Amino acid sequence: MDYATLLQVLDTTLRLATPLLLACLAGLYSERAGIFDIGLEGKMLAAAMSAGAVAALTGSAWAGLLAGIGASMLFALLHGIAAITFRGNQLISGVALNFLASGLTVLIAQALFQQGGRTPPLSGPARFNAITLPGAEALRDVPVVGPLYYEVISGHSILVYMAFLIVPLTWWILFRTRFGLRLRAVGENPAAVDTAGISVVGLRFAAVGITGILCGIAGAYMATALQAGFGREMTAGRGYIALAALIFAKWRPVAAMWACLLFGFFQALALRPDVVQAVVQVRVPVPLLDALPYMLTVLVLAGFVGKAIPPRAGGQPYVKER
Amino acid sequence: MDRLPRWADITLVPLVSLLFAAAISALVLLVIGQSPVEAFKVMVDGALGSPYGWGYTLYYATSFIFTGLAVTVAFHAGLFNIGGEGQAQLGGLGVALVCLSLPWPHWTVALIAATMGAALFGAAWAAIPAYLQAKRGSHIVITTIMFNYIAAALLVYVLVDVLRPTGQMDPASARFPAGAQLPALNDIPGFNLIFQRPVPANVTLLIALAMAVVVWALLWRTRLGYQIRAFGKSEAAAKYAGINPVRITIIAMLISGGLAGMMSINNVMGEAERLLQNSSEGAGFIGIAVALMGRNHPFGVVLAALLFGFLYQGGAELGLWTNIPIEMRIVVQGLVILFTGALDMMVRMMLERVFRLFRTTKALRAA
Amino acid sequence: MVAPADIMGRQETAAPFAIELKGISKAFGPVQANKDINISVPKGTIHGIIGENGAGKSTLMSILYGFYKADSGQILVGGTLTPIPDSQSAIRAGIGMVFQHFKLVQNFTVLENIVLGAEDGALLNTSLGKARRILRELAQEYGLDVDPDALIEDLSVGHQQRVEILKALYRQADILILDEPTGVLTPDEADHLFRILRGLKDQGKTIILITHKLREIMEATDNVSVMRRGTMVATVKTRETSPEQLAELMVGRKVLLEVEKAPAVPGEVVLSVENLRVRDEHGVDRLKGISLDIRAGEILGIAGVAGNGQSDLLAALGGMIKATGRITLNGVDLPLSGAGADGQSRREAGIAHVPEDRHHHGLILDFTAWENVAFGYHNDPKYQKSALFMDNDALRADTEKKMATYDVRPPIATLAAKNFSGGNQQKIVVAREVEQNPDLLLIGQPTRGVDIGAIEFIHKQIVALRDAGKAILLVSVELDEIMSLSDRIAVMFDGQIMGLRDPATTDERELGMLMAGMDGKTAGEAA
Repeated sequence: MDYATLLQVLDTTLRLATPLLLACLAGLYSERAGIFDIGLEGKMLAAAMSAGAVAALTGSAWAGLLAGIGASMLFALLHGIAAITFRGNQLISGVALNFLASGLTVLIAQALFQQGGRTPPLSGPARFNAITLPGAEALRDVPVVGPLYYEVISGHSILVYMAFLIVPLTWWILFRTRFGLRLRAVGENPAAVDTAGISVVGLRFAAVGITGILCGIAGAYMATALQAGFGREMTAGRGYIALAALIFAKWRPVAAMWACLLFGFFQALALRPDVVQAVVQVRVPVPLLDALPYMLTVLVLAGFVGKAIPPRAGGQPYVKER
Repeated sequence: MDRLPRWADITLVPLVSLLFAAAISALVLLVIGQSPVEAFKVMVDGALGSPYGWGYTLYYATSFIFTGLAVTVAFHAGLFNIGGEGQAQLGGLGVALVCLSLPWPHWTVALIAATMGAALFGAAWAAIPAYLQAKRGSHIVITTIMFNYIAAALLVYVLVDVLRPTGQMDPASARFPAGAQLPALNDIPGFNLIFQRPVPANVTLLIALAMAVVVWALLWRTRLGYQIRAFGKSEAAAKYAGINPVRITIIAMLISGGLAGMMSINNVMGEAERLLQNSSEGAGFIGIAVALMGRNHPFGVVLAALLFGFLYQGGAELGLWTNIPIEMRIVVQGLVILFTGALDMMVRMMLERVFRLFRTTKALRAA
Repeated sequence: MVAPADIMGRQETAAPFAIELKGISKAFGPVQANKDINISVPKGTIHGIIGENGAGKSTLMSILYGFYKADSGQILVGGTLTPIPDSQSAIRAGIGMVFQHFKLVQNFTVLENIVLGAEDGALLNTSLGKARRILRELAQEYGLDVDPDALIEDLSVGHQQRVEILKALYRQADILILDEPTGVLTPDEADHLFRILRGLKDQGKTIILITHKLREIMEATDNVSVMRRGTMVATVKTRETSPEQLAELMVGRKVLLEVEKAPAVPGEVVLSVENLRVRDEHGVDRLKGISLDIRAGEILGIAGVAGNGQSDLLAALGGMIKATGRITLNGVDLPLSGAGADGQSRREAGIAHVPEDRHHHGLILDFTAWENVAFGYHNDPKYQKSALFMDNDALRADTEKKMATYDVRPPIATLAAKNFSGGNQQKIVVAREVEQNPDLLLIGQPTRGVDIGAIEFIHKQIVALRDAGKAILLVSVELDEIMSLSDRIAVMFDGQIMGLRDPATTDERELGMLMAGMDGKTAGEAA
């Protein structure tokens, strides 16, 4: 594989890793607070549809982004009501909301645009377009580093840079702020938080809310940046890959970024089977590349690649003991 | 706190949940500018209004009984098997391999062999997550989700690169030999008096009903079932009683996976008569809704499977005859899972309040 | 550390009482946990609250700490009416609580646990720095030494408790509630705790000590309130009362702690344990070479502070966990790991097991009584109809018979286990195990959370089984129970047996020394 191809694959990696990363960080907040969320997929899907629809109607990508966040927050709120207020089964709630999103997005898109459950194609300011980073043009001809900066680092939409900035931000919030301390505590031992006079319910809703916002950005990115509009089931399991990445990263923000980049890289390779074949000298079936993130996650879960210990209170509704 | 009477817990809770789901579905239809009443009429008409409609409703219900039972058995062992979809797809592969391997002399022989193939492949696909849960503590919900995707990828590979006959474009296996074709209900003496036109519902329906009885007896009449239920209620207590957690986890998941796999004799062998991509069409997931709605009891599962059969056939009719997309049925499915599985406490609390009101008024009147 | 304004404010009111509770009532469903409770706690005293398990002590204190909301009643703090709807209000009112089960985040450091909920501002660094400084001061002032950077999961139970006390002091608590603080401590650690509490009292703090142990009340408190079945029975000055009087107040009638039994007639050795060792999943040695014999027709009592390996001994003998060493039953070796080292094989060999924790081990609470009677014996031929099916009818009939013999109320075999009271649940478990007529009965905490009537009944069953020539291993943290039932007493400390004693010739002080890990004068074998 020559350098130019490598840069192409890396560029694609970055673009494909972005929605994974946003959804993965979204899940991180929720699960660190002790609320399992297998509904990342549904929230992304709902956000993608809303963002696609509103961007098409208003012509503004930013309005689309807000709508996406709104839709995702609504689903997060529902999950919160089921899992926190009514102490329901968090896994089942996630499954239910995924189905709800899967059906509702098509229904609403069809009702709005009558285009077979799609939203109209977006262009111009209705999409988040690529931005060229300062100095990219000037450095372009510097050997090795220049093309890397120009081709891979520069030339993405603002949401990509946002996603990667949220990584250190999340680390800082989690480990350097009062909110982060409480969030981690409520995921480990909610009784400790409760007896310290802090509202368990409030904290968990806050966490689930942040999950909603981040999934909203992820979905909006799908419909208004990665693609030009919403199509049915367009998230195609990315919510679950993000979940896998979260486990792979053992619920740590920086590791989550690396996991998402790795899984994004697999997705990028799956688009270029010719490149893979050239490198490994064997024809690698595309489905194998598709399945790699899931297989790796199973290995992690099995404890063959380090042990993944989830937050201790994860998945259990908090009931004051008698 | 006033507890609900048992009968109310068994009947009213799922019914009220269903009502909630129906009401919100109606609301959704109103929002997208459709008439819920019209839609319901179309659904009833298309799914239950004719033997032909029933033929489809029962066909779907057959698949859902299998996957609902699969989820039920795992649930009783305290395991949430969300991997019914992948297990069903692998079951389909098992059916296809069996059916394509021999020129079957008669469908009865083929059916027995294919059922075993389906159950074996489904169970095998559940075995790895089961082993990892039992031995290494890997969360079975996450591993079975991962296995659904791995199964999908595996089937794409098998259908494109292995089973696809040369010259054929679409990713599917060859058609099964005539000896492996199952009689539909319209082919069976007695049933053919009702079903005069060809329907997809086939002899597998009877196997599904038999499996419901078998699962009931297994859970509530056998030692194994006793151990599965005890383990599901309390793993710590099971250990005290000398119930081997590894053994029960694996056995329960093998049964669960086997049941999920068996649904493929209905759709792959009974209907498509060849293996297609995504053959199970989400029935593995519907099993979750069916099990929740049926309160994890085989009898309830059969009723809930019928309900979802109606929903699926009715939903398809909506897609055909109205402007309502077929995805409406996924919405209803999501709502049913939400209300019966995650908001059950809310429903119960509301019912408790109603009952308390009744009791106090009764007491007041008596006083 | 208390802000000056705060002190001024409290001095102005200058009430003699730190806490007054007036007419507090609280019900959980049909259970009235607290009925019209009145209590006044003078400032600067140690006030004991004593009562049996389930008397409502913890509920009352949880109300005071804002963990539960009372159905009715008033709380006065320092003479002012102070509604306490949540823990935050309690903390603001200067109340701190050390729960029986610590509320600590295991993978946080001591420092992080202490600042949690009491941070100064949105950023952590300043909070942690300040906490470190104050912690040092508190350590000097009260002798509460803990490494601020240690993870909680690496600390001993005694140190974790100190962290809980420090948490309360860090929040400037003037009133400290401790719920059963010594249940997990050795007598020595408990003494240390009481020294700390007296130090706090000398600094003007008010302490409320909840316990069911009479000795602690007599040793540490100034006043004591007695609770019985949700009501406050009496409040007296400690030096004007006696343990006998308190015990009578607690149970409402004279307590007969002595169990009627004839002298033991020990026969052949039934169970022989040699060098039994257990290592848990964290690599900690729980049993460090236990050797003991139990003969037919005798009760061997194991005394010790909770958590010194008694549970592991029961679990290992009952086949619940792996072990090394050697155990023989009636001369036959039993495997300690691998095949045959499980509860089923032990039952088949003739070992019955009433576990310490009936809710987590002994019963499936959602199962009916008859399903629970088969629990552990589901493979027993007498409950089978055929090779495949169980004989549920026979099982129900058998259950009804057992319920009649053991006077289980209500005698309904189809009722779920969770709907029986603690005493009746325990009777179901005891009936199931004893009626198997085992060669060896393992029985842990037989009367925990059980009412007095059921206690007497269960004790009689244990003695009757002994008199029928069976061997019994009794584990209990209630020293009284061990003293009155056992024919021989073994004391466990830190996974070892410190010594064997004859209940006729030993006393609580000697056993207490052994329980604290001190050899006493002679640690020789008594048998």
